[in-house]
Amino acid sequence: MTFIAKPKVAHPSLPKNALGFTRRDYEGALSTLCAGCGHDSITAAIVEASWALAVEPQNMVKLSGIGCSSKTTAYFVSGGHGFNSVHGRMPSIAMGANAANRALQYIGVSGDGDTLSIGLGQFCHAIRRNLNMLYIIENNGVYGLTKGQFSASADVGSTAKKGETNFQPPIDPVLLAMTLGASFVARSFSGDKQQLVPLIQAGLRHQGFALIDVLSPCVTFNDHEGSTKSYAYTREHYEPAVHADFVPLEREIIADYKEGETLPLLMHDGSRIVLRKLDTAYDPTNRTLAAAQIQERMKAGEYLTGLLYVERSQNEFHQLNATPDAPLNSLPYEVLSPGAQGLEKVLARYR
Amino acid sequence: MTPANTSRVNDFTIKIATVNGTGSASANTLLMKSIFRSGIPVMGKNYFPSNIQGLPTWYEIRITRDGHVARSGQVDIMVAMNAETYARDVKEVAPGGYLVYDSTWPRPALLKREDIAVFGVPLARLCNENFNGVRTRILMKNICYAGVLAALLDLDLARIRELLAETYAKKPQLVDSNMKAIQLGYDYARATFPCPLPLRVEQMTRTAGHIMIDGNTAAALGCVFAGATVAAWYPITPSTSLMDAFKMFADRMRVDRDSGRRNFAFIQAEDELAAIGMVIGAMWNGARAFTATSGPGISLMNEFLGLAYYAEVPAVIFDIQRVGPSTGMPTRTQQGDLMECAYASHGDTRHVCLYPANPEECFYMAVQAFDLAERLQTPVLVLSDLDIGMNDWMCRDLKWDDNYRPDRGKVLGQDEILKLEKFYRFVDKDGDGITARTLPGVHPKAAYFARGSGHTQYGAYTEDPTDYQMVLDRLLEKWATAKKLMPRAVIDATAGAPVGLVSLGSCDGAIREAMDVLKSRGVGVDYMRVRSFPFSEDVERFLAAHELLFVVEQNRDAQFRALLTLETAVEKSKLRSLLHYNGLPISSAFIVEGVLAELQPRQQLQPKGAVRG
Repeated sequence: MTFIAKPKVAHPSLPKNALGFTRRDYEGALSTLCAGCGHDSITAAIVEASWALAVEPQNMVKLSGIGCSSKTTAYFVSGGHGFNSVHGRMPSIAMGANAANRALQYIGVSGDGDTLSIGLGQFCHAIRRNLNMLYIIENNGVYGLTKGQFSASADVGSTAKKGETNFQPPIDPVLLAMTLGASFVARSFSGDKQQLVPLIQAGLRHQGFALIDVLSPCVTFNDHEGSTKSYAYTREHYEPAVHADFVPLEREIIADYKEGETLPLLMHDGSRIVLRKLDTAYDPTNRTLAAAQIQERMKAGEYLTGLLYVERSQNEFHQLNATPDAPLNSLPYEVLSPGAQGLEKVLARYR
Repeated sequence: MTPANTSRVNDFTIKIATVNGTGSASANTLLMKSIFRSGIPVMGKNYFPSNIQGLPTWYEIRITRDGHVARSGQVDIMVAMNAETYARDVKEVAPGGYLVYDSTWPRPALLKREDIAVFGVPLARLCNENFNGVRTRILMKNICYAGVLAALLDLDLARIRELLAETYAKKPQLVDSNMKAIQLGYDYARATFPCPLPLRVEQMTRTAGHIMIDGNTAAALGCVFAGATVAAWYPITPSTSLMDAFKMFADRMRVDRDSGRRNFAFIQAEDELAAIGMVIGAMWNGARAFTATSGPGISLMNEFLGLAYYAEVPAVIFDIQRVGPSTGMPTRTQQGDLMECAYASHGDTRHVCLYPANPEECFYMAVQAFDLAERLQTPVLVLSDLDIGMNDWMCRDLKWDDNYRPDRGKVLGQDEILKLEKFYRFVDKDGDGITARTLPGVHPKAAYFARGSGHTQYGAYTEDPTDYQMVLDRLLEKWATAKKLMPRAVIDATAGAPVGLVSLGSCDGAIREAMDVLKSRGVGVDYMRVRSFPFSEDVERFLAAHELLFVVEQNRDAQFRALLTLETAVEKSKLRSLLHYNGLPISSAFIVEGVLAELQPRQQLQPKGAVRG
């Protein structure tokens, strides 16, 4: 980490988004993570995506649990409220917050320990409810703050810094989310900003639960030989299968994709994702086939990346619950209380 | 003084022993309501198993002209419908009492008692001859005993028909079949037994302005009136009916007629951890939210309760206490979570608790809980129990003041934020320990980072000893403010006695009845019912003003007494515990005996003439 804060004043020539904000306006507090941490690159990608989407900073709600990854919600969009909750329970906080006000943009940042061990249950149930949020896992296969224990995403045969070998099979969040019916499932790498930024943009705009599992090497505890989550290993074994370009509503689509290789997907707000297959055999709209292929490649030690599965989700939580368009926390008390007359009617049943 | 009324008219207890899942609840409700509508105070206690079908279950109806609300502790009429429990049911009848049983099959002669009257009614045979279908026959057999009781007690059949018509408004054919079963039992009893019994009912006018309601329903209604919009929970006995009732009320009163949209979110969580997390998330984001649970759920919620305390997020939790420890006896009552709720979670934490004594108070305290939670920015736990929550109590009509508006506490709006130089989440500007908060979405300037990790008064992460301690100390100042906002204790010092009873929650009915009994025996005692934690300021005064204090509570470890010794200046030596914890609701007899056992030897030790009259 560095302790030298960047000056608050931004250079006048910095580009501005539709709201007149520069990228600096989407930054947050200074990171306290290790120099070279993959998580900081993800933070930068979130800043870039939020700026590009011109999200109103106060409309972004940042949620997290406990761990290195969970600290990062303080490091972006300081104009949005944040809630750093307890270990593994961020999804329930997100669910409650979203229930109270459906009009805001919810982004959760979690880690592989926070999501796949202590928080596995809440993660699964947030998907089942189709909670409208972007859920990012900063996945490094290791517990950082407690100094190097394996996490539930550590691969069989990978070794810890102190030499111990992991024999337990990993839980893969991508396959899990696909099994549970998630409608937006992506995998990326903290070192591939080109791929990650549009994924975050699309994930933020997706209506329903959007998952991005980002391989994010831990430079201190899991960047050695024998690790399958190191920078070197990830660069060598990660394979983009589908590239997703995010095309916001305001921009016209420039058709520079060849026919047959691209698939434009219309999102609920009118923006589009244009999928470009890099692996022609891969179909990101077929849940069963896509899952099988991801698994096949995983056996061969390769991570397929990109927007691995996507569909227009029909029913996010509020649609299922039939809540009004106006946020529940904005309904005036007069609408909510049946009043003295209403009470009298109720009491008749109990006489 | 008027001579004591020795007549048993409108003053006796019926117990009905049946098998779980045979529809006896409808028969029992029918009996209760027909007595209630005759203007006679009545109380029902359901002793049911943690089972869906097949295990024994009992329902106790106390007809009480004096309006007592506790369990009487004796059975005058037993309706023994369950062969499995017949032996113990026969034994439980008080001498001079009555036993009604199904005489279709012979019962062991060994169990005969000479000191009670035994009435055999061939209920199964009557129903088999008059109804078709196995299930119908079983259900009607239970309705049939209600007919027998109607004859024995002299209940008005027209009133029973009226109640059936209301219950089955949408299925009129059921009114006729139920009425047929009632009539079968009624006619058989009239023809065979000396009807009515000396234990019978006589029209009164004491139930006007009252309702029969259970505490969970009343609490749910309170949540509707408080303006709660987010309800999250994990099913657990005996709290589930609170959520069911909220859903029922909300479906009726919170759905927009034109659009069909629901002005509430109802979320069944994956566990209690998630349920409380959702409540915290929703209240952090400005909606009124609540959950209902029982002891095991509170155990699971501990970590989140600590977070809400330290991050200063409002939350409302209803704990419908059941018997612990562990799974305990899920369908029996206890006040076993007093300690756990007061100090839930690790580190220095303490929580606002409210202790309703009956359904009426559940309603008002539900509303108050939201106001307190938002005012104090902290979790508020409402500690009801199974006895209050699931039994039907006679209560005064619930009243609503249309001038009520929720106290949302110190939440800054956009206008106030714009006037600020800078917003700091935890700076105490008013000196009451409560700092202003903001809601997500309001303004970038007002954004802050809520966290359970060490923080400064400006909301930033800290490991600095002074900064950390400053926030922790300010939380104590907030606690002092909370003390002033708590509902006061209910104090009855009319006896002006040096002896006082101190209690809380559902012990209240038994205590008030016990005080009447003690008074009739020449023992006057004062009484204080504590209604909140932290204790309101009058609690300390009452404790100081009495020489001997009986602390009455329903748990083994004297948790309430422990709280009193921890949080007040009372001398331990003044406190005597009366502890009832077998899972049944406390009775007045238990308290009378406990008090007399302590006082009588003392009085005998005193010289003659020194005994207080």
